[in-house]
Amino acid sequence: MTTYLPPAQRIWWNEPVGRQEIVWIAIALTWCLILFFMMPYWHVFGKQNLSNEAYKTTPAQYGPKVQAMIDKYTVRTETDQQIPVVAPPAGSDVYMLARLWQWWPILELEKDKTYRLHLSSMDWQHGFSLQPVNINMEVIPGYEMVLNITPDVAGTYGVVCNEYCGIGHSTMLGRIYVKE
Amino acid sequence: MSNFRLCPDTGLFFDKNAESLMKVHAVAAAVSLLVAGLLALGVALTRWPAVHLLPASQFYMFLTAHGIDALLFWVIFFEIAILYFASSTLLRCRLAAPRWAWLGFALMVIGAVTTNTAVFQGNSSVMMTSYVPMQAAPHFYLGLILFAVGALIGCFVFFGTLVIAKDEHTYEGSIPLVTFGAMTAAIIAVFTIASGAIILVPTFLWSIGYISHIDPEMYRIIWWAMGHSSQQINVAAHVSVWYLVAGLVFGARPMSEKVSRFAFLLYIFFLQLASAHHILVDPGVSSEWKIFNTSYAMYLAVLASMIHGLTVPGSMEVAQRAKGYTRGIFEWLRKAPWDNPVFSSTFISIIIFGFIGGITGVVMGTEQINLIIHNTIYVPAHFHATVAVGTTLTFMGLTFFLIPVLFRRKMILPTLAKWQPYLFGGGMTILILFMMGAGTMGVARRSADMTFAGAALTYDYPGMAYTMMGISGIGAVIAVIGGGAYLLITVGSIVFGKKLEPSAGLLQSFGVPLSSDNYMAEPEILPMAAPVEEHGSAGFEAPGTFVLAMLLLVSFVVYYFINWKYLASVWPLS
Amino acid sequence: MADPDDNNPDEERIPAMQSLLENPFLLLFIGVAMPAVFYIIWGIMEIVTVPIAP
Repeated sequence: MTTYLPPAQRIWWNEPVGRQEIVWIAIALTWCLILFFMMPYWHVFGKQNLSNEAYKTTPAQYGPKVQAMIDKYTVRTETDQQIPVVAPPAGSDVYMLARLWQWWPILELEKDKTYRLHLSSMDWQHGFSLQPVNINMEVIPGYEMVLNITPDVAGTYGVVCNEYCGIGHSTMLGRIYVKE
Repeated sequence: MSNFRLCPDTGLFFDKNAESLMKVHAVAAAVSLLVAGLLALGVALTRWPAVHLLPASQFYMFLTAHGIDALLFWVIFFEIAILYFASSTLLRCRLAAPRWAWLGFALMVIGAVTTNTAVFQGNSSVMMTSYVPMQAAPHFYLGLILFAVGALIGCFVFFGTLVIAKDEHTYEGSIPLVTFGAMTAAIIAVFTIASGAIILVPTFLWSIGYISHIDPEMYRIIWWAMGHSSQQINVAAHVSVWYLVAGLVFGARPMSEKVSRFAFLLYIFFLQLASAHHILVDPGVSSEWKIFNTSYAMYLAVLASMIHGLTVPGSMEVAQRAKGYTRGIFEWLRKAPWDNPVFSSTFISIIIFGFIGGITGVVMGTEQINLIIHNTIYVPAHFHATVAVGTTLTFMGLTFFLIPVLFRRKMILPTLAKWQPYLFGGGMTILILFMMGAGTMGVARRSADMTFAGAALTYDYPGMAYTMMGISGIGAVIAVIGGGAYLLITVGSIVFGKKLEPSAGLLQSFGVPLSSDNYMAEPEILPMAAPVEEHGSAGFEAPGTFVLAMLLLVSFVVYYFINWKYLASVWPLS
Repeated sequence: MADPDDNNPDEERIPAMQSLLENPFLLLFIGVAMPAVFYIIWGIMEIVTVPIAP
């Protein structure tokens, strides 16, 4: 009965450690180093990384940027809410905003082209969750996040909000089209 | 001064103050768990698509209170009891500053009641995280602050007791390993509570209109220094309890004091950095910060957990082999007391915490892999493996030990108690595995309706995701029944259980005279453990545990790289 | 020569790592300082240096 009694020796630090523990610690430490170096490795050789490009912004500053893109590149509207579907040119800056409880506007992108996607929130915190590819990011008011996306499969994608944002949270659903 | 009671069955000495405080903390913990469990049923039955019990407003209210009652109040009430046990009881020392300890308890109770009241009044359904600028009622934050201050007092009573025990020389040599582990938990708790104060005090002032703005990203970083670290208190605390149970049930000794304490030291240094797990897909922080912190500085706290994963069951195996269960690799485990809920809950907890909780935690805490998991229902699956099975089931098992020892009652319904860990652990495991599956298919956490009814646009999750959410709902119901059985047995035993009289024979065998109130003179100095005769340590002392550990490693490696492969298949991002 | 503080010459000196592990308040300091510096302070520095949107 010693796990809850003082150690049997006054100086226990110098007691020898069994071979089993030493072998396991060596194996575990090696694995921990592999776990660690996988992350920088992926930054260099992997294709899915965040740029971590971000700016401080305000709703008053971000909203007009989104509107300017909508005014310029809207191709049609959808649903009785008249949500604009915006098809900006390949390689350009595309904007999406989150607000209670909407992703605005709908984007129409071309397959295998790269876009600079900007995300920010006009009010509370939201979560950008692109389905079914399952790419998830935080959208924080006051911050404009920029990342380069390259849709590589054509189709219709849902943008689910997966950061709780009040009573209408589960109705906050947007869309991105990817055309061939 | 005759303030100590000797437990005739275990030889433990209970200081009168510490004993009463442990009892009230345990009762407050059980009440919190009762509330959390009832709310869990509402949450689970709403997320079960075929049932979909609650409307959104009630669902979010239930989920907010469930998170706070389970993740903060239940575990921290219980942990303060563990701190008093590990200091006063294990060191045979009077509790430091008992009046302060009572004040701390009172503050915790007032805080817990205040915050729960705020949530059930309906205007504070902000989730446990209460991310600004979504605002709760002022007393929502005030209750959390009071609770935190009370818990902080409890931590310092613990440290004070360590100081008294050393000064008054109540033990020989160094503090026991279990006490050292509890100290690790207390250290993490101090950081946790300090971070909570740094962010919740301004948030409270903001909610009453005194401060105009709180930066949402700064809130997230500091809040998670509390929110995640509070769960690291649990890790340190339940690992300590695992060591305690190994000693109580098997008479096990640590395989190596040095290795186990060094592993706890790694927790003290690095475990709390993992708060960054929640910030991996946030704007405004660099990959350098993310990688360093999310990896606990090169996964040194993961190393520590892997060490405990070997040494806790390893110490049990060594003790069992010494008793003659030496046949084959696993006779020690087959012949373990699987009928004893103290043991079975601990062992189930070790397995699920290691194989599911630990592995999923590292996988989704990887900077890039977090992109395909963040805020899906995979995340609550992970922390039900760590907190609901790892911590909660361990504490449940410990309670079965405390009913006769601390409360001096005979346990009622022993057959139900035998099955309770399997019910709760089994139900939770079903819940966890199927929520992981649904999360992999993108199902969002904290959502009242996975069909998006009422949205302008439509999106359909795969049919399999609905099936998986249904099965996880069944698991949740089983787990709630297991939790109900726990509360029935513990509360029932304390209220209706037969009082255990001090057994004269046992007391005399400890050389203790019987006194009327059973609280007698100062205990003798706690002796050091008897040295063990040299065991042939040329070979592996615990081969069965080593096989289990290698199995863990192989599962870990395979699952980790499967997730990289899955990540590599999604849209390129840079 | 024996350390003048060492009034118990029969006993071996306690190794440095063991004395670290037996000092709760030093451990408390380290356990609070490490995450405060690497997680909170470094993290807040990153947040406050985010540039204003063009």
